[in-house]
Amino acid sequence: MQKLVVIGAGMASGRALEHLIEADPTAYDITLFNAEPRGNYNRIMLSPVLSGEKSFEEIVTHDEDWYAVHGITTRFGEKVVSIDRDRKVVIGENGEVPYDKLVFGTGSSAFIIPCPGHDLPGVVAFRDLEDTTAMSEASATPGARAVVIGGGLLGLEAAAGLRLRGMEVTVLHLAGHLMERQLDPSAGYLLQKDLERRGITVLTEASTKEIYGNGKVEGVRLVDGTDLPADIVVMAVGIRPQVQLAKDSGLAVGRAIHVDAQMVTSDPDIYAVGECVEFEGNVFGLVAPLYDQAKVLAKTLLGQDDTFVVKQLSTKLKVTGCDLFSAGDFADGDTREDIVFRDPARGVYKRLVIEGDKLVGAVMYGDTADSNWFFGLIKDGADIAEMRDTLIFGPAFQGGAQADPLAAVAALPDDAEICGCNGVCKGDIVAAIKAGATDLGAVKATTKASASCGTCTGLVEQVLAVTLGDDFKMPAAQPMCGCTDLTHEDVRRLIKASELKSMPAVWQELGWKTKDGCHVCRPALNFYLLADWPLDYKDDLQSRFINERKHANIQKDGTFSVMPRMWGGITTPDELRAIADAADKYGVPTVKVTGGQRIDLLGVKGEDLPAIWKDLNDAGMVSGQAYSKGLRTVKTCVGTDHCRFGTQDSTGLGIKLEKALWGSWTPHKVKLAVSGCPRNCAEATCKDVGVICVDSGYQVGVAGAAGMDVKETERLADVKTEEEVLDYTRAFIQLYRENAKYLDRPYKWVAKVGLDWVKQQVVEDVANRQALVDRFELSQSIYRKDPWAEHVAREQPRYAPIANLVQEAAE
Amino acid sequence: MTNWIDIGALEDIPQRGARVVKTARGCVAVFRTGEDEVHALDDRCPHKGGPLSEGIVHGGSVTCPLHNWVFDLNSGVAKGADEGQVATYAARVEDGRILLDATDLVARSAA
Repeated sequence: MQKLVVIGAGMASGRALEHLIEADPTAYDITLFNAEPRGNYNRIMLSPVLSGEKSFEEIVTHDEDWYAVHGITTRFGEKVVSIDRDRKVVIGENGEVPYDKLVFGTGSSAFIIPCPGHDLPGVVAFRDLEDTTAMSEASATPGARAVVIGGGLLGLEAAAGLRLRGMEVTVLHLAGHLMERQLDPSAGYLLQKDLERRGITVLTEASTKEIYGNGKVEGVRLVDGTDLPADIVVMAVGIRPQVQLAKDSGLAVGRAIHVDAQMVTSDPDIYAVGECVEFEGNVFGLVAPLYDQAKVLAKTLLGQDDTFVVKQLSTKLKVTGCDLFSAGDFADGDTREDIVFRDPARGVYKRLVIEGDKLVGAVMYGDTADSNWFFGLIKDGADIAEMRDTLIFGPAFQGGAQADPLAAVAALPDDAEICGCNGVCKGDIVAAIKAGATDLGAVKATTKASASCGTCTGLVEQVLAVTLGDDFKMPAAQPMCGCTDLTHEDVRRLIKASELKSMPAVWQELGWKTKDGCHVCRPALNFYLLADWPLDYKDDLQSRFINERKHANIQKDGTFSVMPRMWGGITTPDELRAIADAADKYGVPTVKVTGGQRIDLLGVKGEDLPAIWKDLNDAGMVSGQAYSKGLRTVKTCVGTDHCRFGTQDSTGLGIKLEKALWGSWTPHKVKLAVSGCPRNCAEATCKDVGVICVDSGYQVGVAGAAGMDVKETERLADVKTEEEVLDYTRAFIQLYRENAKYLDRPYKWVAKVGLDWVKQQVVEDVANRQALVDRFELSQSIYRKDPWAEHVAREQPRYAPIANLVQEAAE
Repeated sequence: MTNWIDIGALEDIPQRGARVVKTARGCVAVFRTGEDEVHALDDRCPHKGGPLSEGIVHGGSVTCPLHNWVFDLNSGVAKGADEGQVATYAARVEDGRILLDATDLVARSAA
């Protein structure tokens, strides 16, 4: 087999390897060097990692498994020292590797302005995970200040991320307006205003004189004398291709490594791809052309024909809430005319640049819905003479069609690009849909459309809608309720990312439209806040549904049901006597044995609740929480205690689980069961978590259902000991608590995130499992207690009438 | 004619909560909003008789705990698509005490 050595695990080389392996997994014996101590990740998604909207794990594109499965030898954290082209060997820090073919994917490094102080600790670029981590760490100190040098794409994404993490952020930009290479001054102004509204200070025409500090960064001084104190300085002024190794190896290098249209360098056995490449005088920084190069390189390596061509590029900014788009050339010129549309109230600005009868440039801010259509016109050099009068209003106004966003997508030609990152055009997506990819996930998996930065997700869905017609249900982003346009997912993410720790903080920071929410959002927010900030947030009874406020189930006549906990479904004659006495004393009309192996007392008057609880408490019983979005019951069979088939102590394990989990609040109710053998008398296979005991240990299943939907559990893991069952269960419940939408049962949530992801978090990543258990236990230190006893002691008055006027006589 | 009766301290009702006053004409729910206004309404939803005092109070409204009908605390009128109205009674706060106009609520004894 031929030996292929790749230097650099970046986005371009990673994509090239994918194509290569997909086409012919046996073509090469591959070795991959990377100076960073890790494999390939989606570098353009570092912005959402910085802002806390995504975790690093979510942006890893190739994990250890992937390299292992495809037999790629990885040498991560090892720098390549030199290349001996005569002997055809790559010399790494830890030894030589021979090659038949060699690929340079050395990428680029941040350009650091060589001003005084640029090498102080605390000056970082925004290129890799280390930079991102350094920035998050700096933001951990309350009141910490950041200065971002450079108001281009990267600098602004860094600034927005740091601001979301609570830092005081100032952006310094040398030019007169932000992103001057992509935006005109008007759009730059709107962008600046939007950023300032988020609390980011923007200084344009700001020239850095020096970075100062004693042993570490303390501030930045500008040429005009302005002094800006700072705890961290982010340099985001540009990138510079990493070409030293190529130069030292004697390859032809200009601004970057020279390649031809097949990605071959001046040495026919050496190739280059990505940001380290110069082709026909162009160097590349955006991801779309890199992916095109990767495709071509893979073909070349397989001896197939393909040609790289430079295409028009468009730009979008990944800052949540700032919609901007720019494409083509929009410099003023004698032969050029502008069409401009402004709507100051909505903060919308659109400008089209026309030369002859062609659209050559477009800049949009605030409303970028039609951007792909305009981009298509620019790329194709389409004749726009006919529609010039209404061009600025977008595709919906052409040909008298109604203003329907779907019509715009339907009107797109097959070669219109939908996913800029991955170069996927409408025709590819339509073909995939016709071949059976009928939802977003399937389209993403088969075409990679929307799989990188994700901004085209809405477009992909519209293509699905247009292609499938009524067969496709647009997954509308459902706002939480009328008080906000944000979805549950948005709100959860922002509560974590912006560290919102009280209800008023959520209302204020997320722009609630009502004064104090409504009956839909308040219980959800109360749960999200107490789940994410167990120590900081105080549970708000007034935001809870009556059942959880009064710790009893309201019945249709306004009376309540009372159900004491019976751990694992085990009770005693004394407990039964106490329950019988309570039923007599408070005139309980109905006593019912429930499906969860408990006894329910139905028809108790609201004002009697504290008294009946006190009686049950005195007999040693606590609330069964039969009313809560929390742990309900752990159902068991008798297991090895009595049953001749039992393989383990299912009752004992059920009791242990219930004692660990009781009192915990969850997005919806949670029910467990433990069966002592696969005959499954406790019906564990339709529970949120169901354990089946077997001779060799325990099978832990999750995400079952036996309500509106009926669904068998899916196997999370097989484990050997009771301790492991307890750990896996607590970790699973905590993952559910931290991530699910309020009122999604575990089976619905798992269907959304995928069992594989859950397994990865709970089973495969041992450290993460322990961290989940620890966070669960931290929360339980507050919530694992009997609410009945507490309410009897402290809240008794609220169960009684405030006044009784029955005896009062009219004057 | 009004008949203001002191039914308790404002603090006796939690913010965005309610307590019940028992009267000869049935229970009256006394609400305290997030802005410390008080409102008194019949504690009975016209839909299926749900106890409004057990509902979630938001802004100047309460949501019935049984089927989520929403009522304006000022007028007692159902909001949104639902049609119905709950009787309201005058209530106010004076020196931290809640006063309820009991004219229509107390028993018309022979006195």
